[in-house]
Formats: sequence, structure tokens, C-alpha cells
Amino acid sequence: MIDLHGYGPRLAEGALITIELAVLSLVLAILLGLATASAKMSRNWVLHRVATLYTTIIRGVPDLVLMMLLFFGGQIGINMITDMLYDRFGVDIFINVNEFIAGVVTIGLIFGAYMGETFRGAFMAVDAGQIEAGRAYGMNHWLVFRRIRFPQMMRHAIPGLSNNWMVLLKTTALVSVIGLTDMVRVASEASKATREPFTFMIIVAVIYLLIASLSEWGFARLQKRYDVGYGEAD
Amino acid sequence: MADTPIPLEVRNIKKRFGDTEVLKGLSLTAQKGDVITLIGASGSGKSTFLRCMNLLEQPDEGELVVHGEQILFKETSKGREPADWKQVVRMRAKLSMVFQGFNLWAHMTLLENVIEAPVHVLGKPKKEAIAHARELLERVGLSARADAYPAQMSGGQQQRGAIARALAMDPEVMLFDEPTSALDPELVGDVLKVMRDLAAEGRTMIVVTHEMAFARDVSSQVIYLHEGRVEEAGAPADVLENPRSERLKQFLAPKH
Repeated sequence: MIDLHGYGPRLAEGALITIELAVLSLVLAILLGLATASAKMSRNWVLHRVATLYTTIIRGVPDLVLMMLLFFGGQIGINMITDMLYDRFGVDIFINVNEFIAGVVTIGLIFGAYMGETFRGAFMAVDAGQIEAGRAYGMNHWLVFRRIRFPQMMRHAIPGLSNNWMVLLKTTALVSVIGLTDMVRVASEASKATREPFTFMIIVAVIYLLIASLSEWGFARLQKRYDVGYGEAD
Repeated sequence: MADTPIPLEVRNIKKRFGDTEVLKGLSLTAQKGDVITLIGASGSGKSTFLRCMNLLEQPDEGELVVHGEQILFKETSKGREPADWKQVVRMRAKLSMVFQGFNLWAHMTLLENVIEAPVHVLGKPKKEAIAHARELLERVGLSARADAYPAQMSGGQQQRGAIARALAMDPEVMLFDEPTSALDPELVGDVLKVMRDLAAEGRTMIVVTHEMAFARDVSSQVIYLHEGRVEEAGAPADVLENPRSERLKQFLAPKH
């Protein structure tokens, strides 16, 4: 048996944080992605510009830089606001940027931009006649979205979604730089303390691989579900 | 039946695409049980006219009265729009459309397609909708295909399924947009037979078609459109058997 020098429980906690972080970021990224895709497809040019600016910035700046900007910059911004509140109104509050929330927000923001492109392509792949039939039968926008546009779009989105998820999962390793004790950070501390980096890194690698394989299986099932009605070949 | 509202009245519809005026003031009244066929060359505006009736296209001018209810419009910077989308949704539920390309929802089985709008738009209980759907599928000869997906069905089956979907709404008027044009010739007959049966039972129908035999045998009124205007209109015996204008004579002449 591998000797973990007592780091087992902390590694498990770190793994849990990694998973929580990844899942919550994914949820945020999906919501942002849907909003971005809708904005980019909308005829409203303000929405269109805002969405384009967002994806351009996010996709053009390294993830690590963005994360530090948001974490440290966010704290400075919040401090400025609370200072102003104190000066003007005498309200004394102190808000500390929580590393976990900062991590979720940053990763969610980053992958929201990628999801936006994935969803936009997928929405555009839905046959216009399908939407038109919904409208012709008295469905309002929301009903058309919920019953037709979304389920048909998902079929086209899942390959991209699954790819984004894999990258997102691995991006969570970056949060250790803002002080979040995910499993990479625990492993790195343990490696230094025990001088057995290989032991801990291989464990981390295996855990990532395990999550990734499970997800791949999950996405394959999801794809099957949304492929219903389209035959095997397409 | 004097006090039942007229199912559909359309007055002076005009529509432009860019600089081209494609509909130049078209009117039509569908009384209960009428079968009105719209014929004309491609580009004559017949499909656009039909699509204006349920506002899949927004007419720039003109009035629509569905089952006695006048559709309200408002002027915006982008042109004329319906004033009340809830009203549009309500009127669309009374006019069901059968499309040239069928447009059955691909991710649903045939039965799910037929119950979709009754359940989610009209709020009909699911059990009731299913029972009704099964009757309708029986009528169009598709009982055995209830659980099939559109991609697993032939074009003719899909179109008959689409007709069942339209019937499930208990519509005031059924709009058919070239329902047989996308079908292989040997599949056209089955679809036309279903449509003839519907006409025979007194359904109010407006049909854009190239099937002259259907127009002649089934319609109460034929409207021949040319470049967005009514060139000739009347009983099929007059319009199709004794065309007055040269254009219609040419249009009806057998092509070899």
C-alpha cells in the first residue's frame, strides 16, 4: 500500500473542492454561455457588442492572468466601494473576497465565453422550419425555446460542451495560486514535506483521469438521449 | 349558422421585401366549410400570402379578423408589428398550418408531435390529448407509426402525421402550404386523399397548391395570383375551366 504520510484525508478534501469548483463553474459557464449566444444572435446591437467584447477579452487573455486580475483586482474594487460607503455614509463593512467564490466566478467567466461559441453554433444548426412550426402552433418564445430550440440545440452542443468541460476540469488546478486548497495544492504541499512528489502527483493525475472518464461516459449517455429521433448515422 | 363568426377574414394585405412589393393588396374571406385554393406561378406571392394569415410573415398593411377577433397592430420604428403577442399566439392556435417540408419536430415521436401543442399551448390534459391523437392517427392511417420518429417515416407518412398534428388543435381554419410539393409522386395520392376527406367533412381550408385536379374537385373557390395581385378568382368551374386572362390560360395549359 502507498504511504500517504497522513495526507489521505486532506487529499480527499482537496479532491472534493476540485469537483465542487468544477461543477459550480460549469453551471455558471453554461448560463453565461446561453446568455452570450442569445446576445450574439440578437438583433440588438448593444447586446451584440457587449457579448463580442466579453468573448474577445476572455479568449485573448491567459486564464491565469485573468484569475489573478479578478481575485486581486476584485478585492481592490470591493475595498474601494466599501471605503466610499464608509466615507460618505459612515457604513462600516468589510468584505473579503472568498477564494472559492472567486475561483468559481473566474472559471465560470472564462468558460462562459467558450460555451457561448459552442451554443451559438449549435443554435444555428437547428432547422428553421422546426422553430417556425412551433410558432405556427401558437407557442410563445419561451415555449419554443424550452420544447424545441433547446432540446434540438443540445444535440449539436454536446460534443463542444464535453470538450469544454474537460478543459474546465483541468483549469481548476490553477486556483491553487489564489490560495484555494484544491487537490493540486494539497499534493504540492505534501510533495514538498515528504519529498515524494511522484507519489502525490500520480495520485492527483489518477483522480483527474477518473473524473474525466466518468464524465466522458456521462456525456456519451447524454448524447444518446439528445440523438433520439435522428437515427444512428447522422 | 348566421351568428357564428366568420373563421377568417383577410383584407387588403400588402407586403414588401426590401424594395419589391410582393403582395399588392390581397383579400379573402373563408366562410365555414370553404376550401379556398391559391394557385399561381412561383413568385406570385401565394405562399407569402398564406404565411401572412398566421403572421409568420408580418404584412405591412391590411387587416386580419380571426373568428370575429380583429388582430391589433402597432407602428414601430422597424415597421408594423402585432400590438399584442398574446393575441397572436391565441389566433395561431386557431389556424393550424401544414408545411411543404412537413416540419414535424424531429426529436419527438409522431404521437408526441400530435399532442405537443394541445397539451402545452391549449392546456389540454395529457390523457385526453393522447386519446384524441390516437383517433386522428387512425384517421390518417398511421396508427402503427405512433411511436416512430419523423426520420423513420416516409415523406407521405410525415405529411399525413403533420395533418394529424394540425387537426389535434381543432382549428377554425387549416392552412396548407404546398403540402404535396416535397413528396415523391407515388406518395402524393395518400396525402391528397386525406385532404379530400377533410374537405368532405366540412373543414375550412386554405390551400396553396400546384395540384390542379385537387383544386378543381375540392375547392369552393380558386384564387389565381399573379405578381402579388388577384388575377382571377371564383368557382373552380369558372376559373379553371373557362379562364379569361391569357396568363391563366397559359398557366393552366398542359406542360410537356
